[in-house]
Amino acid sequence: MAVRKFTRDHEWINLDGDVGTVGITDHAQEQLGDVVFVELPAVGKVVTKGGEAAVVESVKAASEVYAPLDGTVVAVNEALAAEPATVNADPFGAGWFMKIRVADRAAFDALMDEPAYRKFVAEGA
Amino acid sequence: MSQSFDQNLRRTPLHDLHVALGARLVPFAGYAMPVQYPTGILAEHRHARARAGLFDVSHMGQVTLRGATAASALERLVPADIAGLARQAIRYTMLTDQQGGILDDLMVGNGDDHLALVVNAGNKEADVAHLRAHLGAGVTVETHFERALLALQGPAAATVMGRLGPEATPLGFMTFARCAVAGFDCVVARSGYTGEDGFEIAVDPAHAADLARRLLADPDVAPVGLGARDSLRLEAGLCLHGHDIDTTTTPIEAGLAWTIGKRRREQGGFPGADRILREIASGPARRRVGLRPDGGAPAREGTEILDAEGRVIGRVTSGGFGATVNAPIAMGYVATRAATPGTAVQLVVRGAARPSRIVPLPFVPHRYARS
Repeated sequence: MAVRKFTRDHEWINLDGDVGTVGITDHAQEQLGDVVFVELPAVGKVVTKGGEAAVVESVKAASEVYAPLDGTVVAVNEALAAEPATVNADPFGAGWFMKIRVADRAAFDALMDEPAYRKFVAEGA
Repeated sequence: MSQSFDQNLRRTPLHDLHVALGARLVPFAGYAMPVQYPTGILAEHRHARARAGLFDVSHMGQVTLRGATAASALERLVPADIAGLARQAIRYTMLTDQQGGILDDLMVGNGDDHLALVVNAGNKEADVAHLRAHLGAGVTVETHFERALLALQGPAAATVMGRLGPEATPLGFMTFARCAVAGFDCVVARSGYTGEDGFEIAVDPAHAADLARRLLADPDVAPVGLGARDSLRLEAGLCLHGHDIDTTTTPIEAGLAWTIGKRRREQGGFPGADRILREIASGPARRRVGLRPDGGAPAREGTEILDAEGRVIGRVTSGGFGATVNAPIAMGYVATRAATPGTAVQLVVRGAARPSRIVPLPFVPHRYARS
């Protein structure tokens, strides 16, 4: 089971080899409310850590999803176009956003682990 | 939400009930208001279309005008026929300014010995100052801002009212009366802001939470927050002041000419009458329209509207997701030449011009009670 890491912007990523799957956390989907649209990057797009990689729209507002690490988009979750509510229902599973090829393993290791992220959320971030 | 955040906000008489129901409270017009309950905006929206939703709209301003000249005095401030309003009837109208812009929109009910007004929360202090400044010495303006206002909206609203307040069920659309609901003394109107049949119920603040609990105990009723209130009224093509209508829009541009009766069109005598009557006669330069994006991306308020050639022809004033139409929907103003339903336009979302169509309003047919 791959280790899941977290950002301060409430994205998660786990690595399989050098490919990381990226989504938003359960806390993030709960804060957003009902997701009605997701705009995903083109496969091949180069993303930078903290840069905008996707957009998630709830009934009320649009929010950016940032790349957790530098990388290149190798796949996106096309199923979200028809069923954006999957982001609410299964944020850590079927509600994933994109897969990115990650160059720097050390940068992955430096992200928050789950206990650290839980503490971060509990402190009111 | 932190305690310090809460302290600067006013609370409605239902505040503790909202907290107990697990509402997410947000600041709105100086009040802590429930934007949604744990079920979420889409489920709340769909419940109001399928059965009945209960809304706390106590933040809105309830105002009473008294005096023998109240109706004729109010006609100097609004373009609707108030003098001709039947007893117990309600009319939708707007306070206009000298340029024909809209200071606020409101409901006016004829209570025989008084006029009962309901104005928007964010404008209520300014509206009362405006009324006091212009109605004249013969009219008194009483505020009842402490009074609670609940809205029960949806196809099951009349059935629910039949169980709890049968005196109110004979009310026709856009009429009101004093009625007992769940044993409480209320003023009930057959009106609302969702496009559905329903009631708006004014009640003493001391009884508001008990009344709300009695209504919520009905199996057809679920609480609905401001998030779904906004998406429901957008689907119904209803204007939100400060967004779709304001001092830069006229009632005619907004498609509200139907609120101006024959006598007022003939006689004028309301602020901005020159421009408003001219626009009735020769048409406005722009019109409020419905917009349906072809894709899935919602176009929010402020989005630029382009014609097929890429020229800017207007802006979105309300936009989001219509849970009943299950697609993004918006309203905005466009140049009259582009306002015909079916016209292809483009909406600029995140820098990209996206294909969209002008469509008729409302997005969802109104299902008001037949009077």
